[in-house]
Amino acid sequence: MSWSPSERELERQAVRRRLRLQQIAVATVVTVVVAVGLVVLVLSSPGWDRVRDYFLSWSHARDSFAAIAEGFWINIRIFLVAEPCVLVLGAVVAIARQTTSPWLAPLRLLATGYTDLFRGVPSILVVVICGIGIPALGLAGVTSSLFWLTTFALVLCYGAYVAEVFRAGILAIHPTQVASAEALALTRAQTMRFVVLPQAVRRVVPPLMNDLVSLQKDTALISAVGVFEALRAAQDYQGYNFNGTPLLVAAAYFLVVAVPLTRLTDWLMRRQIEKEQGR
Amino acid sequence: MPIPRVRTRLAALLVAPLALAAGLTACGSEGETSAEGGAPASCKAADLPLKQDGKLTIGTDSPAYEPWFSDNDPSNGKGFESAVAYAVAEQLGFAKDDVVWIKQAFNTSYTPGAKKFDFDINQISVTPEREGVVDFSQGYYTASQAVVTMEKDAAKAASLDDLKGLKLGAQTATTSLTAIREDVKPSTDPMVFDTSDQAKQALLNGQVDALVFDLPTAFYITGAEIEGSTITGQFESSEKPEEFGLLTEKDSGLAPCLDEALAALDDDGTLAALEKEWLSDVVSVPVLK
Repeated sequence: MSWSPSERELERQAVRRRLRLQQIAVATVVTVVVAVGLVVLVLSSPGWDRVRDYFLSWSHARDSFAAIAEGFWINIRIFLVAEPCVLVLGAVVAIARQTTSPWLAPLRLLATGYTDLFRGVPSILVVVICGIGIPALGLAGVTSSLFWLTTFALVLCYGAYVAEVFRAGILAIHPTQVASAEALALTRAQTMRFVVLPQAVRRVVPPLMNDLVSLQKDTALISAVGVFEALRAAQDYQGYNFNGTPLLVAAAYFLVVAVPLTRLTDWLMRRQIEKEQGR
Repeated sequence: MPIPRVRTRLAALLVAPLALAAGLTACGSEGETSAEGGAPASCKAADLPLKQDGKLTIGTDSPAYEPWFSDNDPSNGKGFESAVAYAVAEQLGFAKDDVVWIKQAFNTSYTPGAKKFDFDINQISVTPEREGVVDFSQGYYTASQAVVTMEKDAAKAASLDDLKGLKLGAQTATTSLTAIREDVKPSTDPMVFDTSDQAKQALLNGQVDALVFDLPTAFYITGAEIEGSTITGQFESSEKPEEFGLLTEKDSGLAPCLDEALAALDDDGTLAALEKEWLSDVVSVPVLK
């Protein structure tokens, strides 16, 4: 004899279904009303025509598309070079800050100073100082290529953030883990290498991804020293033709890269929560 | 579980103002239109459509560079553009004290929306594309492009063909940059700078071989700013004759009056005299072929 739901259970299900439909209906109506309201608000504002001509001109978008694409390729290359460097630098600095030997005190001091300095200085200043200041020193053997100088600047800025992310991950590992490793006669280095780091890195993947998306956006900062990347290409077209549409074209290029990355970050976070908390 | 009543109301309260605001503005006022299309009754100061009654408000970038301005102070009447601005103001019937200067970055001088200035004077070249977005007066100066290098490299930039093989630089959104792209067509992409200061620094650093500016700016840079730099020559860009115009908001109605004032200054020789006074030494530069 198979199970069949009782009268009461059926009634419960019906009530739940009705309530859910009710909620969906309310959510839909409210969303539509707000969206329509916002659209009407923008379209009926007195300056809309001018804004439309200035920012949404199809012909200007077409004309500037190729130059911005060429510029965006520079953004992509800088990102691809900087990202691995940032991860390595961040990890090294974080581990340096977690050392305990008195011999390494200067190293700890240096690492702490570095993170404080570069998290406290606006990235654009670092980019300008590296891009213009370093070549002005006239040092032999130091490149004057803006591509490498600005990449270096971004690595410095983001290395500091990522070092702090790694350090947070390391600090989040429960001390019993370290104690257990000690009980198993692992050295400090071995404990770091085999017990703490693997768990720490896994824990900080989502915030690391956030910094990665942010770095991808901040490659636009290099326009400040005259690298002709996507934003500079857009601004150049804008200033020459007195039309701002290319700015939106450049924004679209960045979004095409950033949105999939942010979705991936969210998915990783959700997966981690499910794995760790069984929710 | 039933939806708790109170929470629903609270949420509704949050959304209501949004919807209401949108609805109100949709059927609300159109706002004041700042543009008074069409020409004013006359070009007397009293009849002009001004931002501030009785005052002529003029915009320019900061810092204001030589030889267009002097000591980064547009209001002293020194420097070519400052002098032209005051001459135009006088033509329109404004006393010197009735001229107000405001700082206006170039890249916000043409964006949509109400402007704070009556006109902007900032070495802005008149081009057909730009004329669709703002109104220009007739030209008050005809500019040609000039090539600036360090003296030791001067021999390498003695003709337009020589320039093709060099790393060139110019300021963003300028006709100088367009001249590089369309007339010189160098083999490597030019460097593009935000400000002329950055461009000068790059030349000093050896990051570019040569810079292209309009001739008077080039003159000032080589004469007073970069020790050991020189102008190798000038060339006409293909979009000629390249002229600087006074920029005013689209349909502000000022352009015809500015034209009238400039035409009068041109006829009585004032413009030529000011050019001679502030930009005199720009005539002896060889033309690059």
